Amino acid sequence: MIVKINGKKKDIESEISILNFLKSKEVDPKKVVIELNKEIIKTENYNNIVLKPNDEMEILSFVGGG
Amino acid sequence: MNDIFEIGGKKLTSRIFIGTGKYYSDTIIPEIIKESKAEVITVALRRIDFNAETDNVMKHIPSNIQLMPNTSGARNSEEAIRIAKLARAMGCGNWIKIEVIPDNKYLLPDNYETLKATEILVKDGFAVFPYVMPDLIIAKALENAGAEAVMPLAAPIGSNKGLTTKDTIKILIDEIKIPIIVDAGIGKPSQAVQAMEMGAAACLVNTAIATSDNPILMAKAFKKGIKAGRYAYLSGMGRVKEKAEASSPLTSFLD
Repeated sequence: MIVKINGKKKDIESEISILNFLKSKEVDPKKVVIELNKEIIKTENYNNIVLKPNDEMEILSFVGGG
Repeated sequence: MNDIFEIGGKKLTSRIFIGTGKYYSDTIIPEIIKESKAEVITVALRRIDFNAETDNVMKHIPSNIQLMPNTSGARNSEEAIRIAKLARAMGCGNWIKIEVIPDNKYLLPDNYETLKATEILVKDGFAVFPYVMPDLIIAKALENAGAEAVMPLAAPIGSNKGLTTKDTIKILIDEIKIPIIVDAGIGKPSQAVQAMEMGAAACLVNTAIATSDNPILMAKAFKKGIKAGRYAYLSGMGRVKEKAEASSPLTSFLD
């Protein structure tokens, strides 16, 4: 299924939770903040929320900045 | 000397804020924090890159440090508010440096959009630190909106050009009750000394340290400069006269 992740279209497996998607990309869920379709998702919901086709997800983290 | 800087619900003993951009490696950040004695550190929020082996900047920031995420990348108040909320959701407190920059050449902030974002974010419980072009009217409006401080730029971001807006910053210091934190453009410790002598509450330094040949030593130099300027301000500077005034007694035994 096609979803948009960090602005890019990706073909990912269906019925995957946010948590499992992060795991598949070796991303530590505690070090990111996630916005799904412009809505901030709480960490405790990463496991419950399953991605749907055409979802738009932003996965962000802190980087150096001034 | 007991000189506590109370701001954003924190009691700070240091008046240097450090940015974490432009270092050749984030692994140097703990040493920069140690040598500068900074207690407030800025970070930015970015999309993660799945292809790059990214080093997490947070790994290098001790947990007792107050984080000040910025909204860099925002071009209007809506984007700044969106970034602020995402930054808060990272779970590192409610401080936010509002940076709204529609201009890529000089990276000058949009004061009007910054004020709009400040008004909304203060009501939403953020400790708001707006980065602005120094301007008295905007600074008063930000104060009325409940900003924690006003952060006027000394010179364009990353320019190291020093206190090019000195006279206006002095007006802000004299007229605004909330702290004035000089942000952007400070290129060397002597300029930070000047800002602090004028009565700035603190300085935010990034590029001057990060782009020096020896950032760790430069961090130390800034720490000392900011302290020197602060102590001079608290001492009340001596007066300036046009003509000399002897410091030694002019005894008359040579007459």
